[in-house]
Amino acid sequence: MTDWLHHLLILPVLLPLAVAAVLIPIDERERTMKGAIGFASTLVVFIVTMILMRLAAAGEGSLPAGGVYQLGNWPAPFGIVLVLDRLSALMLCLASGLALAAQVYSMARWHTAGHHFHSLFQLLVAGLNGAFLTGDLFNLFVFFEMMLAASYGLLLHGSGPLRVKAGLHYVAINLAASSLFLIGVSLIYGATGTLSMADLATKLATLAPESRRLVETGAAVLGVAFLVKAGMWPLSFWLPAAYAAATPPVAAVSAILTKVGIYVILRLHMLVFGTAAGASAGFGQEWLLTGGMLTIAFGTIGVLASQAMGRLAAYSVLVSSGTLLAAIGLGRPEMLAGALLYLVSSTLTIAAFFLLIELVERGRDAGADVLAVTMEAYGDFDDDEEEEEVGVAIPGTMAILGLCFCLCAILLSGLPPLSGFIAKFALLRGLFDLPEANPASAISAADWIYVALVILSGLAAMIAMNRVGIRTFWASIEGTIPRVVVIEITPVAVLLAACIFLSFQARPAMRYMQATADDLLAPLVLSERVLSAPRAGGE
Amino acid sequence: MELILSAGIGALAASGVYLLLRPRTYQVIIGLSLLSYAVNLFIFSMGRLRVNAPPVLDPGGAGDLWRYTDPVPQALVLTAIVIGFAMTALFLVVLLASRGFTGTDHVDGREPPRGD
Repeated sequence: MTDWLHHLLILPVLLPLAVAAVLIPIDERERTMKGAIGFASTLVVFIVTMILMRLAAAGEGSLPAGGVYQLGNWPAPFGIVLVLDRLSALMLCLASGLALAAQVYSMARWHTAGHHFHSLFQLLVAGLNGAFLTGDLFNLFVFFEMMLAASYGLLLHGSGPLRVKAGLHYVAINLAASSLFLIGVSLIYGATGTLSMADLATKLATLAPESRRLVETGAAVLGVAFLVKAGMWPLSFWLPAAYAAATPPVAAVSAILTKVGIYVILRLHMLVFGTAAGASAGFGQEWLLTGGMLTIAFGTIGVLASQAMGRLAAYSVLVSSGTLLAAIGLGRPEMLAGALLYLVSSTLTIAAFFLLIELVERGRDAGADVLAVTMEAYGDFDDDEEEEEVGVAIPGTMAILGLCFCLCAILLSGLPPLSGFIAKFALLRGLFDLPEANPASAISAADWIYVALVILSGLAAMIAMNRVGIRTFWASIEGTIPRVVVIEITPVAVLLAACIFLSFQARPAMRYMQATADDLLAPLVLSERVLSAPRAGGE
Repeated sequence: MELILSAGIGALAASGVYLLLRPRTYQVIIGLSLLSYAVNLFIFSMGRLRVNAPPVLDPGGAGDLWRYTDPVPQALVLTAIVIGFAMTALFLVVLLASRGFTGTDHVDGREPPRGD
């Protein structure tokens, strides 16, 4: 029984990998079957990650072998391990849930736009899950590349000049970032002689000063590679174009791709440069803080400036990234739980929004946006047309789409009562939750700027969503009703329902996040668990 | 030897970065290749430079660590080369697709107005 549970840990990587391989030789005309196999695989992965999260929530004791899976049955500093803890379980669950929604959505029409959609999709899922699970830096690179390679294919899915142009930039930038990743990893290896994250955390405190400088340099270079992925301000100019050009299901899973960057930064920052790191504790924090704040500002301006909904959503990704990066950079332990809840809530919202955009825009033609801009600039000039539309009832489809859009707007801007508000509230409350034992840690100017930026970004999202919503649902130039299939609206509804569920169940959710944050704040416990895990089969 | 290697890595990386910032897709792909050569050599050098030292234990040989060179960077470099090679091939396809769609090899898909 425990043996069986133990092997569940590798399933989220192995199953999609195997299914991707199986799907390749199947003829493209059998799309429905390919889709069904892919869906079954993603569903199984989702269920497995749910089980893993339940196990992780119950604490390390209930995890088989302490949540450590030794791939070659070699103990940790020598062999590569997969590590499950609360944070990785949370990310796994979020990623596979999103993937499931996006996959269902794609089966209505988008998977017909090109070849091998489902294989690439499974590879992406495998890469994502691997990146969340691995406890080894170089293994992380391999999973990262796997995920990126699949994302290149998926971004180009559907082809067309716009996608190829955005794809070209995306691939070039990520290849350069991968080079930085390798430089960082090898610098860290050269200085410490280990690639295992757990081992690194224990070694850093006792490192000689000259090696420490090298490790810090390596970590900085590595950080840049992840910040490119997370979309921190000066490194994020590729993101809006790429995400807006991607097909909707791909854009929806891309919402989690930026969070992989954030996850790794959070993980490494807490594990390697946490409280146990000696002189290196909190390394790079001020960079994360400044960069994160600039990202929020840039994203907010972008949200206000974007005319097309796709770009609005892409800039919302940046705002979300910036909020999280700056929260990590502030280095307040009390904020971590709120930040994690914000991560989950914002990812679900943005993914739902990406899926929704295409449904809403289906009813409008490409020129509508340009026309709308002209209308805004020169005032309404089609009063006569408006009169013709009087008396046309809002049809059912538009009502559902409108409702979903409203929910997205509320969640994105962080208005009560939904989870967007709860998450932001928890985040900011953590900021003002000063430890009584240490009154010296007063609220600094940076904290105030952060609060202002977070609130302003919410306001900007509200304004932008209102403007787009009014233009789309109330002042639609032509009255075509988009034809929406049930399996397209269901994923959107489910993702939004998950956010609503998160709002009602905020208490248990916050308890989980708090436990996760406590885990992160005690990095050596995890290291100890990984390094002392017994080999399978006795000994 | 250290000097030669570091100068080589530096030259490769510098020309790689320069080409990466050029406007033609062909220059970008050559730049990325040069950059990945530099990175591969760099990973290799992180195991410290040793001459005439095997990375694997020879059967019956003495188990002294000083006789051997660090095998890990060599394994890493192998993986990095394979992945880098595959990515370059993928980039090449995107490059050709872009050329096909836009009729130009400029990275932005259109010629700058001054006719560079």
